[in-house]
Amino acid sequence: MATGIRDKVAILGMGCSRFGERWDCGPEDLMLEAFNEAVTDAGIDFKQIEAAWFGVCLEENNVGKTAGPLAQALRLPRIAATRVENACATGTEALRGAAYAVASGAYDIVLALGVEKLKDTGYGGLPVRTRGVANDLWLPNSTAPGAFAQLASAYAAKHGVPMADLKRAMAHISVKSHANAALNPKAHLRNKITDEDVLKAMTIAAPLGLYDCSGVSDGSACAILTTPEIARALRPDAQLVTIKALEVSVSNGEEASFRNWDGAHIATARTAGARAYAAAGITEPRRQLQMAEVHDCFSIAEAVTMEDLGFSAPGRVIHDVLDGVFDREGALPIGTDGGLKCFGHPIGASGLRMVYEVYLQLQGRAGERQLKHVDLGLTENLGGHPHQNVCAVSIIGRHGA
Amino acid sequence: MTEERNEFGLLATTRYVPRLRLERGDVLAQHRWMAPGLKTLAKGRRAMANWDEDSVTMAIEAARQLRAASPDAAVAELTLASTTLPFAERLNAGIVASALGVAPDAVLRDTASSPRAALTELSAALRRPANTAAQMLLASERRIARPASTQEMIFGDGAAGALVGNGSPIATLVASASTHADLVDHFRQAGEDHEYGWEERWVRDEGYMKIAVATLRQCLKDGGVSAGDIGQFAMPAPLARINDAVAKKLGIAPAALVSAEHDSVGDLGCAQPLAMLDIALRAAVPGALVLVAAFGSGCDALLLRRTAVPCPGPVPDEGHPETSYMKYLSFTRQIDLAWGMRAEMDNKTALTAAWRDHARASRFEAGRCSACGTVQFPRARLCVNPECRAQDTQAPTYLADTPARVMSHTTDFLGYTPDPPFQFGHIDFEGGGRVLMEFTDTDVGELEVGLPLRMVYRVKEFDHQRGFRRYFWKATPVRTTASSPSLSTTGAR
Repeated sequence: MATGIRDKVAILGMGCSRFGERWDCGPEDLMLEAFNEAVTDAGIDFKQIEAAWFGVCLEENNVGKTAGPLAQALRLPRIAATRVENACATGTEALRGAAYAVASGAYDIVLALGVEKLKDTGYGGLPVRTRGVANDLWLPNSTAPGAFAQLASAYAAKHGVPMADLKRAMAHISVKSHANAALNPKAHLRNKITDEDVLKAMTIAAPLGLYDCSGVSDGSACAILTTPEIARALRPDAQLVTIKALEVSVSNGEEASFRNWDGAHIATARTAGARAYAAAGITEPRRQLQMAEVHDCFSIAEAVTMEDLGFSAPGRVIHDVLDGVFDREGALPIGTDGGLKCFGHPIGASGLRMVYEVYLQLQGRAGERQLKHVDLGLTENLGGHPHQNVCAVSIIGRHGA
Repeated sequence: MTEERNEFGLLATTRYVPRLRLERGDVLAQHRWMAPGLKTLAKGRRAMANWDEDSVTMAIEAARQLRAASPDAAVAELTLASTTLPFAERLNAGIVASALGVAPDAVLRDTASSPRAALTELSAALRRPANTAAQMLLASERRIARPASTQEMIFGDGAAGALVGNGSPIATLVASASTHADLVDHFRQAGEDHEYGWEERWVRDEGYMKIAVATLRQCLKDGGVSAGDIGQFAMPAPLARINDAVAKKLGIAPAALVSAEHDSVGDLGCAQPLAMLDIALRAAVPGALVLVAAFGSGCDALLLRRTAVPCPGPVPDEGHPETSYMKYLSFTRQIDLAWGMRAEMDNKTALTAAWRDHARASRFEAGRCSACGTVQFPRARLCVNPECRAQDTQAPTYLADTPARVMSHTTDFLGYTPDPPFQFGHIDFEGGGRVLMEFTDTDVGELEVGLPLRMVYRVKEFDHQRGFRRYFWKATPVRTTASSPSLSTTGAR
């Protein structure tokens, strides 16, 4: 009988590059920046790493295929390395592969690294690309903002709320993200903004305006994983941080083709969240978690995810957001590092960046944005579009918490 | 309805006019500096195909209207007439037939090259009464005239259709006549958009007044009919006064002249004779004689007698005014605007994949699970219903004529489309079936959850690099004034 991975895998060290429009850096520079920090943090020699999982999503726009680019950039000594891809949930997928390798006992020390060099396309936003030769025959070549914008239309219709009210809550989410990122030296977008800035901004995909959309950034993040025993032996003075749960749920076409999805929520987030809570022994997420990093690629995505993860009661997120529940000083801070919205969204790195923030907060190393006390934090990393996606949820915490 | 009859003749006619109507005043405004003479033509509007419409898609809309008008007629022959067919090689009528779900053993053909091509075909079809199965004749045109030319003002985009067979005809054949003459009043080289024409006065005097008049006279004689007995006379001509002169010379009463709808639609090229026939038949009283002619490399004349059977189907609505001449230039690819890098995407079509699932795109084929009844798109091996998941239980069902509603939507200013913003969303079909699809002919601000929709077959993407285009169905709002065919169940075979 499988027993899951709760407290079987420890985070020995982490690193994260500065995110942003890193015009002067290639993916190799970004990878090395994150890796050097993680190796220093872990206090190991890089040769102690036995295997690696490499996450990159749009490889055709940056590094190309296979895990070779990772091995080359870091000059890893011909160790086992695997490239993974699960759209914007790629970073968590790399972490998952590495964590399972440790939990299985196959390796003692492994690396999970995600990178994305997005700013080599010549234009703003994510690269346009084929959806596969058969899908291209009928599927709209939709943009990410267009895909997520539909959540807002369906949510407002389902709950009978005026779009103006929903947009006010969405604006509050973006203002909060900018305020948090202002305290994060590695974040891409560090300017403070107002509700008025958000509401007056140009429309990208109705009802989403410019400030409802996350930054498109270059960046890399990584984690070095080991067993709790080895971690304690190697770093006896550090707060031992372990993985409580790592769950992935993938759409099977039900949302897109069946009738049981209302278009106003992320079905996989509910599934992955429920599994993660069960694995971590969490029954009241809003009370038991002290923080969460969610996939706030668009403000509306963060909003509906609050309900999907049980942070808000169904139909109540507008009130909770406007009441400040998810602000940094609120009952359950969300995206304390600025989130995808303002830390930035280098696709393959984002899932690991989320874990990096929880890790820093758990260790009391989050600088100006440090929360008072964190025992458990959650990350939710979504790849794809609301109707067809991959959702990865991790719960990270103090060992024993 | 009238009593069931089983007589051979013309069972239905129809016109399809695109929603957009370009204001001629806005065309003139751009050309006045160099072509002030266009002012005399700058009245009203001309029909303008949307960027995703071509002669094939407009023909399909006309065909759907015909099928709604005569749902019981099984089409054994389908002919598509156009001088602006999108493919020089690939059976254009085959694209139409696939979208309609016409039987695979039906005889299809494209006919082209002449503004009278469609009338030649209609006359031929009506002269073949031995053939009892229905023949569908479609004519469709999207001619692109050189900017500031007279033709740019005169032309309109649109389609017309006629159904010939046994049933309750709205009109029956009296006589027909045809003359061929290689009088080149205008020409267009293969592969070129723009035509080159000679002086209209010469065309009138040597062409219409001699060749057309002689052909019409022959037709009347063969029918044993006096010109004064003609109730409706329909003949496309570049100048309205030409019809007056021809009618006068023949002795046809001025009241019999059928409007060419210049002020609201424009000249539909080889679809115009059928479009004017449709107008004429709807205006004709039972028993009236209807004379229709088409001029071009000769002349065809067709004389029909209207029956008492009501003309089925709708007539085109007022459309939607379009005031951007630049949009017209861009839609017709006569100006190359800066669309940005997102427009550089390679839209190469995998022809193998296109054939493998051809009914998916052409007929909007979905699957209906025989175990649980769930309708799903695309049709798949395993049922999407998580309580079912039965394997290989899905029978084809077709969503093209199924009413639908908006489930969620967006109006996207980021993604590339030739007509921004890019509107798309999730659609729920009545009776089941959910598809993420594009909207077309939809105004900004018009979309809302629950909005009733109907499906239209349109160009999905162009592959300009290879000269290919792929088609799929798009959703468009059901408008109370729209000339939508009645949303009856599809003629699934």
